Amino acid sequence: MTGVPVVDEKPEPKGNAPLGGDNASTARLGDRLFGGAATASGVIVIAMVTLIATFLIVQAVPALLDNQENFLTSRAWNPGGDQPGFGILEFLWTTVVAGAIAMLIAVPFGVAVALFLTQYAPVWMRGPAAALVDLLAAVPSIVYGLWGLITFAPFFRPIQGWIESTFGWFPLLAQTGITGGTILFIAVVLSIMVVPIVTALSREIFAQTPLAHKEGALALGATHWEMIRTTVLPFGRPGVISASMLALGRALGETIAVTFLVSSLPNGAAWTWSLFNGGETFASKIANNAAEFSNPSRTGAYIAAALVLFVLTFVVNSIARIVIERRKAFSE
Amino acid sequence: MAKRIDVTDLNVYYGAFKAVEGVTMTIEPRSVTAFIGPSGCGKSTFLRTLNRMHEVIAGGRVEGKVMLDDQDLYAPRMDPVAVRRTVGMVFQRPNPFPTMSIYDNVAAGLRLNGVKNKKTLDGIVESSLQGANLWAEVKDRLNKPGAGLSGGQQQRLCIARAIAVQPQVLLMDEPCSALDPISTLAIEDLVGELKNEFTIVIVTHNMQQAARVSDRTAFFNLRATGEPGRLVEIADTTKIFNNPSEQATEDYISGRFG
Ligand SMILES: Nc1ncnc2c1ncn2[C@@H]1O[C@H](COP(=O)(O)OP(=O)(O)OP(=O)(O)O)[C@@H](O)[C@H]1O
Ligand SMILES: [Mg+2]
Repeated sequence: MTGVPVVDEKPEPKGNAPLGGDNASTARLGDRLFGGAATASGVIVIAMVTLIATFLIVQAVPALLDNQENFLTSRAWNPGGDQPGFGILEFLWTTVVAGAIAMLIAVPFGVAVALFLTQYAPVWMRGPAAALVDLLAAVPSIVYGLWGLITFAPFFRPIQGWIESTFGWFPLLAQTGITGGTILFIAVVLSIMVVPIVTALSREIFAQTPLAHKEGALALGATHWEMIRTTVLPFGRPGVISASMLALGRALGETIAVTFLVSSLPNGAAWTWSLFNGGETFASKIANNAAEFSNPSRTGAYIAAALVLFVLTFVVNSIARIVIERRKAFSE
Repeated sequence: MAKRIDVTDLNVYYGAFKAVEGVTMTIEPRSVTAFIGPSGCGKSTFLRTLNRMHEVIAGGRVEGKVMLDDQDLYAPRMDPVAVRRTVGMVFQRPNPFPTMSIYDNVAAGLRLNGVKNKKTLDGIVESSLQGANLWAEVKDRLNKPGAGLSGGQQQRLCIARAIAVQPQVLLMDEPCSALDPISTLAIEDLVGELKNEFTIVIVTHNMQQAARVSDRTAFFNLRATGEPGRLVEIADTTKIFNNPSEQATEDYISGRFG
């Protein structure tokens, strides 16, 4: 927003002809400075995003042209050399599935905690608990990585064993022999990592539900939970969606914790649908191989993979936007 | 299906602050009772004790007795949710649910009661909107958001929402204070019709309104700021406005207040 005049109701000095509104405001230095600064920042942000995208594409295209394999459907990863052949299927699968499972766990749980903190917890508890959640949301991911490796992995192993022996007949839960950084394990650690994000943002918006709406529901004879269902949840919906998208973005792009925990598969490992398989995500694959960025052709392959991650997060965010926009008329 | 309300020696507190003291009154069924009195004397506070909305506020607490016919609203085993289904409420500021359509706003209370049948819902939504004199204006846009209506229409939507669940009593806290004279008149007419079915209690700052719509009028007052509000007198509206028993009432009505 630039140059929108905000005309103050200032009494004019006696005898002066009243100034036109436009005249009065465009002359105001503060307005112009702020308007200019806002426009400039907007332009800079857009320019930067465009530049980054252009940079990535320019680097990736030559490598993609040399690629002997199908980039989207191949599971081989042999970039560089005379006969480069690489595809992203493994990373795409691991990233998307781990992210999706993390969301399936984190969103309901995070929203439930936010509801508890805003609607059920005793008043004295709300402030401190909220501060604690905000703090958790700011914990660096390496801490979650360490905790996952040292504390959680030994705890998860028997659980995985039990699931495999009980539900192993189901292809998604089949035994693979891999016990460390399986997709499911990574997903659970990611979900624990993003629950505070979902909770912190959802809590904020739930707490803003206007009292008038809540009283309206109660006066109709709603129970506490029905009041939450008819007013707090619908009011908080856009916020919960945004929070989930932010959390998903973090889960999809999470690098350090996943790099730490992941069990990478040998080249040419057999395909399995099992969530107890290992496999790199985009981010961990790139991070694990940063040392290999020796020539443009190799680097290009990794950058192409990064571009897919970029597009993935973009698509996810766009879908969220559309969902929010579609209901806009119903959310003041 | 209207009911009588009998209040005996009611004290109302916000935490340690006693906001209303010693109210005893009877509210007749199928009639309109108006509450008048200066700002801060506890009209809203007292009104909200009649459907147990007062206790929604942290620290809100009540002493004394409120009987709805032969049911004690504050009996230990009485469920406040059940009380609010019997005693409906319309607020000062229209508060339709912003995430719901006009239809869903009116159907909200019915759905809470477990009514799912589409035909039943359609029927009650239409009759409630007609009861609130809103049907003609919204029948072609029932699926549009309720928040998109004008203030007066929103208030009538809230009335439709309240009467859709067929309460015995309808409490209205300054329902017209945010509305223009035309919408106000529409709602006053509506109150006149609704009293054939419901017991109505209306808080108002508008003396003419009290005189126009109510059968009985209760005058509340404060002895001094910081003191609890109390009921000065309640009588037939014509008596209150023409020949009140108390000097304070006379002063307030004739504008010689304070
Ligand atoms: N949520 C609250 N917490 C604490 N005190 C309150 C609260 N709401 C009202 N009060 C106090 O209770 C007293 C009665 O307030 P109430 O709102 O019932 O007055 P009222 O007669 O409805 O006034 P008005 O005509 O301005 O609406 C006032 O002293 C007010 O400050
Ligand atoms: Mg009031």
